[in-house]
Amino acid sequence: MKRLINLTPTKTTRWLLGILPFALIILVYIFASDARLAENASDKLLPSFGQMGETIHTYVLEPSKRTGEYLFWVDTYSSLKRLFLGIAIAALIGFTFGLLTGAIPTFYAPVAPLLTVISLVPPMALLPILFIVFGLDELSKVALIVIGVAPFIARDMQRCTQEIPHEQIVKAQTLGASTWQILVRILIPQLLPRLIHAVRLSLGAGWLFLIAAEAIASTDGLGYRIFLVRRYMSMDVILPYVAWITLLAFVLDWLLIKTSHKCFSWHYQKTQ
Amino acid sequence: MTDTTQTTPLITAKNLWKKYGNNVVLERMNISVNAGEFITMVGTSGCGKSTFLKMLLGMEEPTSGELLLDGKPIPNEPDQSRGIVFQQYSVFPHLTVLENVIIAREFEHSPLIGKLFGGKKQKVIEEAKALLDSVGLTPALAKYPHELSGGMKQRLAIAQALIRQPRILLLDEPFGALDPGIRADMHQLILKLWREHNLTVFMVTHDLSEGFYLGTRLWVFDKLRRDPHSPEAYGANITYDLPVTRKKTPLPNELKAPEEIKAAEMAL
Repeated sequence: MKRLINLTPTKTTRWLLGILPFALIILVYIFASDARLAENASDKLLPSFGQMGETIHTYVLEPSKRTGEYLFWVDTYSSLKRLFLGIAIAALIGFTFGLLTGAIPTFYAPVAPLLTVISLVPPMALLPILFIVFGLDELSKVALIVIGVAPFIARDMQRCTQEIPHEQIVKAQTLGASTWQILVRILIPQLLPRLIHAVRLSLGAGWLFLIAAEAIASTDGLGYRIFLVRRYMSMDVILPYVAWITLLAFVLDWLLIKTSHKCFSWHYQKTQ
Repeated sequence: MTDTTQTTPLITAKNLWKKYGNNVVLERMNISVNAGEFITMVGTSGCGKSTFLKMLLGMEEPTSGELLLDGKPIPNEPDQSRGIVFQQYSVFPHLTVLENVIIAREFEHSPLIGKLFGGKKQKVIEEAKALLDSVGLTPALAKYPHELSGGMKQRLAIAQALIRQPRILLLDEPFGALDPGIRADMHQLILKLWREHNLTVFMVTHDLSEGFYLGTRLWVFDKLRRDPHSPEAYGANITYDLPVTRKKTPLPNELKAPEEIKAAEMAL
């Protein structure tokens, strides 16, 4: 018998082992749900898959009686719009500041200390200020995501810029490049795959800020919905919504990886 | 080439010092180099030969004294008059072999976006292809640097350094990481390019036999004065400045030991 650290499962076993925990969780849930529903048919805590399916069916396919909207899709659209806008603005700001502080010492000197302090401010603590300044509309929710995510991206980009070997910068100068040309042709193209990586890492935080902002002040959105129906203990809505948010997060992450691999194949072969 | 260069040296150092705080790296350097020379620089680690190369490149400035190019202070930042090949990280990993070379011309002709299109691009591509052919990289034009072997990467780095036609080529242990067989090929290549492009070459190497083989002039960097209680107090200088002919140059006795050690290492 080989040592445990030398045992590598075959591809099929790896797949099966990977699926196993998911199957177990679903099984445990089904048993627990059945047991509770058998005791009390109107139990709300652990709805059966059938009950969840029915509820979500109305949310997805039937217009709301009050507003005539398809709630599930309206919520998804509103949330994704805020998330995309917030992350895109944060990525743009973070990339610009990270690139400039990492590449240009004269820019680093006044900006980097400020950036460090800003990134230590808990963004959620700023939410009241955002609501006061920007009102309760879309702007403050997007602003929360931007404030929460941009400093992280900026610092990550700054580190990545500084990690690009200085030899390349010197070489570019011996080829006659100006500062601007070095930024445009040498640094920015090499930083783009790293930016995608930073965005992937910050999407988790992005969702957190989004749902928090929606929970506090909103009239639609995935976060708004689950906090709204919490009052009626509607686990049959909350659980599918959480699963949907998880799926969206997974798909976004997957799309980012795929895009990055397709556009920047040189980056991945180099790091392998 | 010979008559003009004899009169005005290309590179002159006058009482050159380099200190980092209290650490004296180089002291009292006085040298003059004519165009067309191939200088190889050897010496122990930390003896200042790389520092001197960086000063030639413009990455470091002399603490005192003068370093002159054509009788004028050498530009204090890197530019296209001096090409460089480092031991590694010399090429751009996000560009193909061809793009790595044409980028130099794109810097030159397209200040705003650093990219050329159409007929202009076609012209620099032809030029780059010819240069890449002379270093033997024609089969690899569309490859990325990570797909190249160490020797091919250095060939690319050399081609890249030559496209802006610098007068001075600086080599910082360019073949240090290569296998002996590949290194011999690279020696032939660099000698060929040195002649064809009328270059003045400064090359830092750890390998004394390589220094003797390639150079027309070999510098040994070492400290003339030593203070055992404060090793940083005195800097290094060029302790031997040997003209090398392509025939055998007799080796000073002091240099024999490391050479023999090197030979023994090579034999292993």
